[in-house]
Amino acid sequence: MKTNHLITRREALITGLASVGGLLLSGCSKKLPPTYGNILRMGDTFTYAAHQVLLPGESLVKEYTHGDISSFPATGTTNPGDPNTQFFSEPYRQLQKGSFADWRLSVEGLVSRPGTYSLSDLKRFPARTQITRHVCEEGWTAIAEWTGVPLSRVLEAVGILPTARFVQFYSYDQWADGIDMFDAMHPQTLLTYGMNGRDLSVPHGAPLRLRVERQMGYKSMKYLNRIVVKNEFDDGGMQGNIQNGWAWYVGI
Amino acid sequence: MSEASQQPIRTRHARWVRLAHWVGTASFITLAFTGFVILMAHPRLYWGAVGNDLTPALIELPISRNYKHGGWVESTPFFQNGASPVSANRTYDIFNKNGWGRSLHFLAAWFLVFTGAVYLLAGVFTGHFWRHIVPRPKELGPQLWFDVLNHVRMRIRTATGGPHYGLLQKCTYFVVVFIVFPLIVVTGLAMSPAITASYPILLRIFGGFQSARTIHFFAFAVLILFLVAHVLMIIKSGFKRQMRAMTIGQNDEN
Repeated sequence: MKTNHLITRREALITGLASVGGLLLSGCSKKLPPTYGNILRMGDTFTYAAHQVLLPGESLVKEYTHGDISSFPATGTTNPGDPNTQFFSEPYRQLQKGSFADWRLSVEGLVSRPGTYSLSDLKRFPARTQITRHVCEEGWTAIAEWTGVPLSRVLEAVGILPTARFVQFYSYDQWADGIDMFDAMHPQTLLTYGMNGRDLSVPHGAPLRLRVERQMGYKSMKYLNRIVVKNEFDDGGMQGNIQNGWAWYVGI
Repeated sequence: MSEASQQPIRTRHARWVRLAHWVGTASFITLAFTGFVILMAHPRLYWGAVGNDLTPALIELPISRNYKHGGWVESTPFFQNGASPVSANRTYDIFNKNGWGRSLHFLAAWFLVFTGAVYLLAGVFTGHFWRHIVPRPKELGPQLWFDVLNHVRMRIRTATGGPHYGLLQKCTYFVVVFIVFPLIVVTGLAMSPAITASYPILLRIFGGFQSARTIHFFAFAVLILFLVAHVLMIIKSGFKRQMRAMTIGQNDEN
């Protein structure tokens, strides 16, 4: 009787390990973030794979009412146009002087019609307004109303190619980060130019920030200037999360 | 397993119990340590959906230099009215080791969840829970009170080196296994933006992200108290024998 238990357990373990191996092996085709042999990154990748398998991809995050809007700390870079700060950008300072009239968003990569978009170009797309909760990895939360164009609209406009797998973002505060196509096409993933009924302020990422509502706050990059559609995972090098010791997928 | 009913006093810890015990212990200690590191990044607890440095806290914990740091400038209201929520810029270089802290926390959480699931299933199907853990209603009266008094007076029985636990011991294991561990896992899930998008009921149960975070913290505090009491009882009831019983599965009579 005892022996029977043991065999069942061993079989269960082998089956389990084989399926985990299967999940991690598919990393070779670069659809999963690489682990670099680091056990913490293996855990992150396993969490990402588990969420992809277990969670229904179409779910929307909870949207709140206007009365729920809360105070909102601005952390990380709060002004790339300030020469006394670490991530000072001279081009950003010039754009800021001109109230971002000369700002352009470049959308390129695996698209059939690469192009640049001004703020008024983006505002001509159908807009979406949503009141959602921002969750910082530090542990705090804040609720704000965001107005912008769904990223999916812009990706449709530039015509992403069938091989596209990831969307990579670059910012004026020298950050690079990416999301997969599920998050890119999610209805609540916005390129945001308005916050709480006004233009987005500089501390919160003017003129354009990303909102990725099913992940932690640090995925919602501020001060965007370039979007690149890719067919492979890109960790962003020294400007990205992974090589700075942070998980690329932070749905948890 | 069937021998247990014939020989109720001296039994050994089953191999799967010992394995689950130590994998669970390692996961829990890793989770507790990294959880504390994560808490140090923002040592303030709140109730409801929202809580940050610009809103009032329920509890502020004096851990790490982030405690009441006050490094905020340019507080500007979002709206015209007097009670408007505000935006403010952080000027303070906070303590934040969440890069590795979070990744290690979730890695250990996978181990805890897998081990916990196997343990719960095995506990139900082998009858281990029913035979050794679940207290009977008739035991929950004066008998329990008597056992509590004995523990308060530190009159601890010598270990049997296996299951057939004391009454208070059974009640404690019952609460830890079926209430506190499930609670800490579910409140943890309630802090995930991806999981709550799919299962918003998690937020409704606990009254919001910050409530879940606060409950998660208090469940951690309860489990730390349990760990301290558990180790103390192991020492008082015969450390060597207990460790032998929980590692190599041996007790004095076999």
